[in-house]
Amino acid sequence: MSEINSKTLESQTKSSVFRRRVFGHQGVMIGAAIVLAAVLIALSAPLIAPHDPYYQDLLNRLVPPVWDSRGSWEHILGTDHLGRDYLSRLIYGARISLLIGVGAALISGLIGTVLGVAAGYFGGRVDMIVTFMITVRLSMPVVLVALAVVAIVGGSLQVVIMVLGFLLWDRFAVVMRSSTLQIRSMDYVAAAQAVGCSTTRILTTEIMPNVVNNLIVIATLEIAHAIILEAALSFLGLGVQPPLPSWGLMVSEGKDMMLFEPWLITIPGVALFLLVLAINLLGDGARDITAPENRN
Amino acid sequence: MSDRVLHVENLTVDIPLATGILHAVDGVSLHVDRGETLCIVGESGCGKSLTSLALMDLLPTKATRKIEKLELGGESILGYSEREMSDVRGNKMGMIFQEPMTSLNPAFTIGNQMIETLRRHRNLSNDAASELAKRMLEKVGITAAGQRLGQYPHQLSGGLRQRVMIAMTLLCEPELIIADEPTTALDVTIQAQILLLLKELQSEFDMGLVLITHDLGVVARIATRVAVMYAGQIVEEGTAKQIFENPLHPYTRGLMRCIPVPGKTKRGTPLGSIPGMVPSLIGDFTGCRFADRCELAGDVCRQSDVPLRDPNGKTQAYRCIHSIEMLAKGGVA
Amino acid sequence: MLYYTLKRLGLAGLVALTVSFISFGLLYISSDPAIAMAGETASDADIEAIRQLYGFDRPILVQYFDWLQRAMSGDLGKSYYFRTDVSALIAERLSTTMTLGVSAITFAIVLSVPLGVAAAIRPNSVIDRIALFLSVMGQALPSFWFALMLIVFLSVTFRLLPTSGSDTWQHFIMPTIVLGYYAAPAIMRLTRTGMLEVLSTDYIRTARAKGLRPRVVLFKHALRNAVIPVVSLTAVQFGFMLGGSIVVETIFALHGAGFLAWESITRNDLPTVQGLILVFSLFYIVLTFFADLLNAWLDPRIRIN
Repeated sequence: MSEINSKTLESQTKSSVFRRRVFGHQGVMIGAAIVLAAVLIALSAPLIAPHDPYYQDLLNRLVPPVWDSRGSWEHILGTDHLGRDYLSRLIYGARISLLIGVGAALISGLIGTVLGVAAGYFGGRVDMIVTFMITVRLSMPVVLVALAVVAIVGGSLQVVIMVLGFLLWDRFAVVMRSSTLQIRSMDYVAAAQAVGCSTTRILTTEIMPNVVNNLIVIATLEIAHAIILEAALSFLGLGVQPPLPSWGLMVSEGKDMMLFEPWLITIPGVALFLLVLAINLLGDGARDITAPENRN
Repeated sequence: MSDRVLHVENLTVDIPLATGILHAVDGVSLHVDRGETLCIVGESGCGKSLTSLALMDLLPTKATRKIEKLELGGESILGYSEREMSDVRGNKMGMIFQEPMTSLNPAFTIGNQMIETLRRHRNLSNDAASELAKRMLEKVGITAAGQRLGQYPHQLSGGLRQRVMIAMTLLCEPELIIADEPTTALDVTIQAQILLLLKELQSEFDMGLVLITHDLGVVARIATRVAVMYAGQIVEEGTAKQIFENPLHPYTRGLMRCIPVPGKTKRGTPLGSIPGMVPSLIGDFTGCRFADRCELAGDVCRQSDVPLRDPNGKTQAYRCIHSIEMLAKGGVA
Repeated sequence: MLYYTLKRLGLAGLVALTVSFISFGLLYISSDPAIAMAGETASDADIEAIRQLYGFDRPILVQYFDWLQRAMSGDLGKSYYFRTDVSALIAERLSTTMTLGVSAITFAIVLSVPLGVAAAIRPNSVIDRIALFLSVMGQALPSFWFALMLIVFLSVTFRLLPTSGSDTWQHFIMPTIVLGYYAAPAIMRLTRTGMLEVLSTDYIRTARAKGLRPRVVLFKHALRNAVIPVVSLTAVQFGFMLGGSIVVETIFALHGAGFLAWESITRNDLPTVQGLILVFSLFYIVLTFFADLLNAWLDPRIRIN
């Protein structure tokens, strides 16, 4: 007989297979490392930021970063046009990006999941209405509507989170709906219904655990989406307002000087890029690991 | 053009996996003559489909094949480039697949798909090809053939689609047709019709037919000769009469025991089954592959590889070290 | 097919109506649209004048139906800032945005479809990895930053392209790239996945077994089926580009509808903003309607029966 022995069988247990897939997946590892770093940085901002991000030192405006000949270790990443330390602003900016990303994703996730699961589970008219709502939402240009609302109501961190939260639920709804539809047609749901389980019980014990995988994947992607949108809104002046150190706002403030003081736009831009990249890698990786058939 | 339509010697197919190399097909040798139907029988996973794909050089990219001899109509097609093989496929050698529902491209009409085959291998005008296609559809028993040419696959039933597949494969009058479970996905009543059709067409076109199946009923209906495959190897081969009346290999006997015979099998007798599982073919394997499931197995069976042998020279060969007399005594009939 | 078309048309109409209501209603998020429009420094008299002029003192539903009626005949009101008809204003700017949009989506398709096909033919090869790498990078790149980087490198450092304005076709190169690259990863991935799926189908196996040449198998049989979902996605991405054009046109000072959106928003020119939301949405609805039809037509299983 050949090599099927207890060791081979053992290495096939669910958790060890899972662990191997997670740690073997390059994207997930890189993404997780960067996201973890960003979260830690954001959480410990008051402890690690060398300066107050709002403190204006007008005598030290536009100091280049330390690697430039005119830079110094006092301001590792230089200062902006108001003399504020760029590294500190970058660190606090991580807070803003993550806060908005997670906040918006939570709100939109809640809305989208409720709508999507309801549509997928109850079908019929509920499904028709939800699908119609999704179509309407998709037809409206997110950036334009967000800009308009912020212009009317006034820009601030909270407003941005709310606006994005109430606009970005469509992908949640679509994916939750199709996942729920899939699970719903499974025999074990029919069995639960036949036994007389209440709808709430079925939803919580049969449906939700099985759609959670997809939910996590979409949530990560929408966090990244919200972060990019907030940056764009703030860049256009209709997002987070100064003096908050939103990375998008920092790029906007630096763009007039981008030719002679390129670090002003490069640094926050790279930070944005890396954070969004990492979150996307995590999301893609999560999808590869839990539901590779949904890759698209 | 020789009588021997297909001659294969020592075909091996290996598939590299993460856990090792899967020896899916090991040392298979076959031959088919004009007008002859060779049935390759075996359970799922025994390597019969891979064998047929290997003959057409249509294996999935990861799989590798090694063959000593591969002759089609007397001509060696071993070492043919992809271009040369594509000239042979659909032309001298055709293949019919298992799933008629998905084997035709849903985006093109039946006529389009048939005509493209003809024009690929023959220098014909559109009209001439169309006419030929129509006649072939009629030959496989499809009525209103002209209309069918303009229809799309989804407008036809499974049985009709399989007839279209057969017609399409016959368009260039190949010397050899390989049919991989052509009736498995069809209703039982349609099955019988399709098998009959294949038999009729085979004699009309004087072709060789290799039919792969797991259903002994199909074999009984249509086979001239039979090759029984197990775990990637041929464990027995012979004429249909030999295999059914006097199966030698314990596996073949086990298969025969599983079929109830009306009139013979007494009510209440348990149907036979073969205990155990197919062994893993990943990595090197020595000895008889059926040993773990065989009542007659001894240590000697596992020590070294068992060759296929035909001790009486009667064209019935089997892969077992026990003699025919021992097998007859062994009580597994 | 006819029934399908009619059903789709009805749905599109309903969506358009709902969107019109929402676009209209957005104005009323603020407690008093007259104040919102007039700005913080306006006097009470000015605010009252605006209120009278635009009829903000009437009941909301009355205002809506009035607006809807006029909108259906092409009158989207008067721009508070530009003092002209909103419809005329938008119409004038739309051609620039359309030009930009079409070149951007063309750029995206020309870049991603061949890449997706090449990646699918040789999965896990070098080209596959490059394609996936580019798509991951592309999705993480913020468009406004990308635009600025391009300006720094192409316009200033190497003096290859003009920075702003819309006089010549060169003015459209960078905006096209910035607007188009964002759609590319999704299209590439869909093409790749679609091709991978199609290439493993039974009918492709049949095509090969018939001895058809590889190029025929790929371009006639495989691509024809794989491209169907890509058509829908392309239309959707094109629709999204209108929203994306706001950022791009603003940075490159292209006088299109997107730039108009930014201008009117920053000036609280609410009628124009309303009109733009409506026009952008209608455009998307019409686009996806035609994409749906094309989709259905491409698949004989829907076209017949």
